[in-house]
Amino acid sequence: MKELKVQPIRNGTVIDHIEPGAALSVLKILGVNGENVKGTVSVAMHVRSKKDEWKDIVKIEDRELYSNEVNRIALISPHATINIIRDYNVAEKKSVKLPEVVRGIVRCANPNCVTNSNEPVETSFLVVRERPLTLKCHFCDRVQSNVEKYII
Amino acid sequence: MGKPSFSDFVSIRDLTKKQMSEVLERAEGMIPYASGEKRTRALEGRILGTLFYEPSTRTRLSFESAMLRLGGAVMGFSTPMGTSIEKGENLSDTIRVTESYADILVIRHPLEGAARLAADMSSKPVVNAGDGAGQHPTQTILDLFTMLQAKETLEGLNVVILGDLKFGRTVHSLSEALALFGANLTFVAPPSLEMPREVIADIESKGVKPHYSSSLGDAVREADILYVTRIQKERFADAAEYAKVAGTYRIDSRLLSQGKSTLSVMHPLPRISEISPDVDSTPHSLYFRQAANGIPVRMAILSMLLGVDP
Ligand SMILES: Nc1ncnc2c1ncn2[C@@H]1O[C@H](COP(=O)(O)OP(=O)(O)OP(=O)(O)O)[C@@H](O)[C@H]1O
Ligand SMILES: [Mg+2]
Ligand SMILES: [Zn+2]
Repeated sequence: MKELKVQPIRNGTVIDHIEPGAALSVLKILGVNGENVKGTVSVAMHVRSKKDEWKDIVKIEDRELYSNEVNRIALISPHATINIIRDYNVAEKKSVKLPEVVRGIVRCANPNCVTNSNEPVETSFLVVRERPLTLKCHFCDRVQSNVEKYII
Repeated sequence: MGKPSFSDFVSIRDLTKKQMSEVLERAEGMIPYASGEKRTRALEGRILGTLFYEPSTRTRLSFESAMLRLGGAVMGFSTPMGTSIEKGENLSDTIRVTESYADILVIRHPLEGAARLAADMSSKPVVNAGDGAGQHPTQTILDLFTMLQAKETLEGLNVVILGDLKFGRTVHSLSEALALFGANLTFVAPPSLEMPREVIADIESKGVKPHYSSSLGDAVREADILYVTRIQKERFADAAEYAKVAGTYRIDSRLLSQGKSTLSVMHPLPRISEISPDVDSTPHSLYFRQAANGIPVRMAILSMLLGVDP
């Protein structure tokens, strides 16, 4: 029996195994809000997984996510899986992969960094370590972990 | 010389040891031109744009002098006051506009990463003349150049670095570069102004284990170079605390007599009271030569980025 906490969707994307509490940040990273989706977006927070661990789940109806948008999720949920649903079935399952360079999404922790001024420039970070996730600002060289705190 | 192996001069971390050596060698060759003994028109018709968002007389004048000594011309501003920046123009727009007026740009800016942004934005070479608490790579090269000139090699050189090692803009990249060249490093700093952990990690990754000393007298004994930096009053909670630290770290000829006869003292200048004037006339003083070396080093960098030999 499938564990379905919310209504099944015919087509769309299920983001599963999100770090508990991070579901809303995932939507934020994806730029999904109530106005720019056609179908229903459902969020289940603090769900018990088969492995008896806690997780969040996000289901987006009528939209298939591309890998470049999906990989941003790795910033806050390295174990998330992306399930593309077609005709009620899981047609594709992908894990998320951290990009080498993170553009946008994250703000520099250095208040005196040029990217925190009024310059029309996208932030850019080199991933220097995956666990714990550690980023280095392309502009000011500041190294930061604790990335969730700085999601734009 | 063909095209240089780098197109901007933003951070010392962008350069390999070999590239740094190339700059140092080139600076050596610039000395007769820097002093005016020989003349060159190598950069005739080229324009240097100086964008100084923060006043810095010494650095700006030395860049201007370097460009003029190479036969080039200079234009720019020494403070954003009275320019379109004061009206709220951002750096990105200023770069897009001024890059069409000049062949190479030098920028000093209060925000960290400003020079990198300018370099990304500009199709013309950009030289960082200091960005906030970040990098000041031409200072680092001129410091290395001065040490090399006085001591012939950097490898195994005992360098003691003293002062505000936390906020001091020049000491981080200097320490990293010295580590790359295999110098022995000793840090002497007041407790709240110690070398940041990231810098130490970088130095150690280059195979150098720095020493830490709380006694200036001990540190000086084996030193070849004593590199002194300013300790700013603003960094301390109260005036008494500052006075205590400033007093402990004062360099005078009595202190220097405990070290080697060949010990050289450097300072990025301006000094406040860190070095007693009685050191000036001793063979230990290297800081005025260091300041003068700003010209050949900046000549080397400007001409290299423009791909022109003197
Ligand atoms: N039609 C659907 N509508 C909504 N959610 C679905 C649908 N089909 C599957 N899901 C959800 O998508 C996720 C992945 O489904 P799958 O059947 O692959 O589960 P699984 O075998 O437990 O996978 P995993 O090993 O990745 O946890 C589960 O959370 C599941 O509840
Ligand atoms: Mg499951
Ligand atoms: Zn930054």
